[in-house]
Amino acid sequence: MSYHWNWHIFFEPDPTGSTTYLDLLLQGLLLTIETALCAWVIALVFGSIIGVLRTLPSKTASWIGFCYVEFFRNMPLLVQLFLWFFVLPELLPPAAGLWLKQLPHASFYTAAIGVGLFMSARVAEQLRAGIGSLPRGQKQAATALGLTTAQAYAYVLLPMAFRIILPPLTSEFLSTIKNTSVAITIGLVELTGQARSMQEFSFQVFEAFTAATLLYLLLNLVVVTGMRLLERAVAIPGYIAGR
Amino acid sequence: MFSNFDLDVIRRALPYLFYEGMTFTLTLTALAAFGGLAFGTLLALMRLSGLKPLARVAGLYVDLMRSLPLVLVIFWFYFLVPYIGQWLTDAARPIHVGAFASSLITFIMFEAAYFSEIMRAGIQSISNGQPAAAQALGLTYSQTMRYVVLPQAFRNMLPVLLTQTIVLFQDTSLVYVLSISDFLGAASKVAQRDGRLVEMYLFAALVYFTISCVASFGVRRLQARIAVVR
Repeated sequence: MSYHWNWHIFFEPDPTGSTTYLDLLLQGLLLTIETALCAWVIALVFGSIIGVLRTLPSKTASWIGFCYVEFFRNMPLLVQLFLWFFVLPELLPPAAGLWLKQLPHASFYTAAIGVGLFMSARVAEQLRAGIGSLPRGQKQAATALGLTTAQAYAYVLLPMAFRIILPPLTSEFLSTIKNTSVAITIGLVELTGQARSMQEFSFQVFEAFTAATLLYLLLNLVVVTGMRLLERAVAIPGYIAGR
Repeated sequence: MFSNFDLDVIRRALPYLFYEGMTFTLTLTALAAFGGLAFGTLLALMRLSGLKPLARVAGLYVDLMRSLPLVLVIFWFYFLVPYIGQWLTDAARPIHVGAFASSLITFIMFEAAYFSEIMRAGIQSISNGQPAAAQALGLTYSQTMRYVVLPQAFRNMLPVLLTQTIVLFQDTSLVYVLSISDFLGAASKVAQRDGRLVEMYLFAALVYFTISCVASFGVRRLQARIAVVR
């Protein structure tokens, strides 16, 4: 191979001279984490609402949930980000559109909301499957106790369903972290973006991508370990996962 | 809000969008799906082979690919493939690899990890009696896999494999980061040339949405039809 390896590149100053490449990568990692966490909160909130809607007895509610999920699932994430970033400001009244365009950190907000809504459709599907997997008796017993539908969901169905779907939710969270890298296309310089710009400035392609790869693996490991602990802490007694 | 919406921009761009862009996207999707499925099946067989080193290598590969974002993998292969080509052909300098070949290799390698997990589940869902009966008939390992296990695994997993292909179809839009003229890339080039972002991106969204919707509807129909009654 005619490639010149230079692993010291990480400690060399970046083009602005104010910091090192390693520092830039770590800043990228931080931005990835921040974006992913914001997106995950949005995904959980909207995903829970839509997931519940899809399991309600009301035909209208479950139809709304169905349309929502199909809407966000059948378009590539990249296209959705473009719609939020480039198209939405043009469709709003001029004043609101201008405000959106001039918003500082617009790519961060767009990424968090765009990835969040994209993932919320998948969270909704997981939650629907989780609620659907509960024995019918749970809902019936809740009704027999005189709980309203809202109470049945809040005290019986959701606490069970969320604990059952914790493992798939872990992989959805990992997808959220990975999907934030798509925001590189709207100018968010997260971990992949920093690795890419390091490659452009320093020409050390493989060092930059190796570092980004290792940081992503590390992030994955932390999330998986954390979720394992959480799973063990909230496992339902009497189920295979519990003891 | 839609007062200066210009449908004519879309109409004029249609030949370019579909002949160049959509052809690229669909060819890439189809070839990557077949390549990914072939390589993925191989990975699944390695993982289930019972040979520790083989299983370890395949497992590590799958885990690695699945923990990296596709955008990063696209960049990796875009820069790595010329060097691998140089190494393979003993050339003096990194060889030139076209945009299509580079993205095809990327998607085959990346999707193989996901297809392999599906195939692993498919193979594991087949009852022990099947390979045992095949062995009793005197079939070799490769015959057992080719004639008994894999056909059933494919059939059982067909809906999941197709759903993954729809995801792949949507994911191919990410070659945008290499400024390739796939469907979205073509739409974006017209959008920027004519200053018509709203029209072009809405149209691209509509096309992706329609194709994915129709395809997933088809998969659901197929799932109902081919379900084996047990």
